[in-house]
Amino acid sequence: MFAFIIRRIIQAVVVMMIIGLVGFSIKSQIGDPVRDLVGERVTPAERAKIADEMGLNDPFITQYIRFLKNAVKGDLGRSFLYNKPAFEVILKHAPATIELVLGTALIIIVISLPMGVYCALRPRSMLSRFTMSFSTLGVSIPVYLTAIMLIFLFSIHWQLLPSFGRGETVLLFNGHWPTGFLTIDGLKHLILPCISLSTLMLPLFIRLIRSEMMEVLETEYIKYAWAKGLSPKRVWLVHAFKNTLLPVVTVFGVQVGIMFAFTLLTELVFQWPGMGFMFLEAVHRADTSLLIAYMVVVAALFVFVNTVVDILYGFINPTVRIAGTK
Amino acid sequence: MKKIAFFVFSLFLVLMISVGANAKTLKVGLDADPVSLDPQVQLSGGMLQLSHWVFDPLVRWTQDGQFEPRLAERWERINEYRVRFYLRKGVKFHSGNELTAKDVKWSFDRMRKSVDFKGLVEPFVGVGIVDDYTVDIVTTKAYPLLLNMATYFFAMDSKFYTGEDANGQPKDLILKVGESYALNNASGTGPFIVTKREHNVVLEMKRNENYWDKKSPGNVTQFILTPIKENATRVAALLSGDVDFISPVPPQDFSRIESGDKVKLVTINGGRIITFQMNQDRVEAFKDPRVRNAIVYAVNNVGIVKKIMKGKAMAAAQQSPPGYAGHKESLQPRYDIDKAKALLKEAGYADGLEITMMAPNNRYVNDAKIAEATAQMLDKIGIKVSLKTMPKAQYWPEFDKRAADMMMIGWHSDTEDSGNFTEFLGMCPNAETGYGQYNGGNYCNQRVDELTMMAQSETDLAKRSGFLKEIEQILFDEAAFVPYHWQLHSYGAKKNFKIEPVLNAQNFPYFGDLVVE
Repeated sequence: MFAFIIRRIIQAVVVMMIIGLVGFSIKSQIGDPVRDLVGERVTPAERAKIADEMGLNDPFITQYIRFLKNAVKGDLGRSFLYNKPAFEVILKHAPATIELVLGTALIIIVISLPMGVYCALRPRSMLSRFTMSFSTLGVSIPVYLTAIMLIFLFSIHWQLLPSFGRGETVLLFNGHWPTGFLTIDGLKHLILPCISLSTLMLPLFIRLIRSEMMEVLETEYIKYAWAKGLSPKRVWLVHAFKNTLLPVVTVFGVQVGIMFAFTLLTELVFQWPGMGFMFLEAVHRADTSLLIAYMVVVAALFVFVNTVVDILYGFINPTVRIAGTK
Repeated sequence: MKKIAFFVFSLFLVLMISVGANAKTLKVGLDADPVSLDPQVQLSGGMLQLSHWVFDPLVRWTQDGQFEPRLAERWERINEYRVRFYLRKGVKFHSGNELTAKDVKWSFDRMRKSVDFKGLVEPFVGVGIVDDYTVDIVTTKAYPLLLNMATYFFAMDSKFYTGEDANGQPKDLILKVGESYALNNASGTGPFIVTKREHNVVLEMKRNENYWDKKSPGNVTQFILTPIKENATRVAALLSGDVDFISPVPPQDFSRIESGDKVKLVTINGGRIITFQMNQDRVEAFKDPRVRNAIVYAVNNVGIVKKIMKGKAMAAAQQSPPGYAGHKESLQPRYDIDKAKALLKEAGYADGLEITMMAPNNRYVNDAKIAEATAQMLDKIGIKVSLKTMPKAQYWPEFDKRAADMMMIGWHSDTEDSGNFTEFLGMCPNAETGYGQYNGGNYCNQRVDELTMMAQSETDLAKRSGFLKEIEQILFDEAAFVPYHWQLHSYGAKKNFKIEPVLNAQNFPYFGDLVVE
């Protein structure tokens, strides 16, 4: 196990170095960060001087090596746009995105579980048919459009919910985590972004749960349970539902990870101060150092999550042998 | 006992109501927030807006292009090189320090150290202190635009910014990337005091209770600025009532806001000219004024204003907007396809041309759409255009390289004077003097250069206006660039926010004077 973890750490470092290298090689294509720091009047000579001072004119390899040296010390560079260490900027934007995904996950669980089970049990009922056709619609409308429609209806037309931002937040964990879950205003601000983000995955989960459940209901042990004369409630919820959940949980874990990538558009439309929004701003304003730091952090995160999943698999299913353990 | 409780309760209620009646919050949604709190670190529209909220200049522009006394109560010209400013007495900074001549001089000297501002203060020798409340501003040569420049002279609190911060750096350090005291702390004399700032998320300010301008009708006690980048979201935020004021308003939503019963749309000519430059170094044909004229004749800029800008822009045929010293009334938009074709034929390009074109897609209002329309219009006279549009972050490096035959550039004169346009866009490019820095067409005419230099130091305003008008005429006749329109600043606000009097062509809403009903 130890050898496995060491190997994974080395892999992670290599992946991060390669990502950094890719970042540095495309950096000049993203734009000139100096332009965003100065007024239009500043002469090209002055701009070149600033770029020099910032080390932007050094050869690509020099810049990359300097980046690696600093990265070893935990310094991923400085964001030009926010004028703060890039890692700090990323950490600061993480809570907003995590809460958005959390809220969305909650909506998905609360709605998809009962709906999926219902659709499996009563496939011919009106509600099931409606849900199924509606879910197709949900998948095919882009998040951007859903979000704008929601804003139009709930914020402008009925004026029930706020149209942008996180609203009032409360600081948790020594002031490092502003949360919107603890205030009425914060919760109100969460509703629309979470709904629009959930439209992507919700239909998928209703369909998944439905088909899994239908499959389970056909199995022998369910028939046996019926034969035993158990109450329908017990057969459905204890015997069938529990076994439906296994594959659903696996998919859910993966999808929540993917959802982080999908927050981009939702965050843009709702002016949500999360990582997706930060990323877009960095692209627009050519904040190359923040972009590279972000890429490296995300790469590290992915390697970490994969490693944990691999280790957990070994525990859950002993037939899966982890390479390196003998 | 009950009576006392009742009395206390009603007293409490009365107090609450009276507090509530005085507290007016202004929630503003702009496309971006100021990049820092240091008014001298970057010369940009956003930073100047902040400067007018937190600091005060010696004088400021009024809506009709006049100068209004601010920190300077009055002024007089001593001679061609020297203007004396009499400062207002009893003005206090947010820190409690009193404003004196020393602060004005200190702030001016600091501008010299700023990369962004030093070009602006180049015509000046400096600020001389006469006494505690009198300063002389001295220029290197006779300088007609001294008052225009005095609108940039914001007073910073010299005591507040003197000394070392926690990191051992001088507090007045001007730094673009890194930590500095001035980037995060501000003490000005302005109507608002910064209470909270989280870059790209929120900027909160409260009213300066000791503001010197007791005559100001402004009653905003709390001012919250949120950057809302996405156009549709910004408009939605206003329509839903989450914010009280937005800018800019995207043209496609003008009619929606105009027709709203709780909100209104206000536009004001901002004087930013939108142009395309034709690069003579890249295309041989562009050296011929007839070809350049053919392009100007082929572009229906009046049509572009009508269709693409929804009528909310002012079609142009010259650089200077109306009201500027160089604006020449007789220069009107030209659009004549037959004439364009004839000119092209006359110049020997009857078979047409093939050129490249670049434009930004997030810098000016509808920039990419204007470029697309232009490409189609040029196609009609046989000029095949291959167009590329890109975000401004990528566009500016391309512009610096002069990477296409025709490139878009918009310009707003930061002196609010005609000369500035020509200095940057029309004069022969010269790396040493810095003139013609944005002349991507490499148009060069010695007479234009000469007239611009003459206008710089001509204090006889009528004569000076003559020079500037002659420049516009030459640029028009020789089709130095393709003129489109002057952009309007657009604002949306709730009807009970009386924004009309506090707006101006400079796009510095004076929220300190804003009245909320």
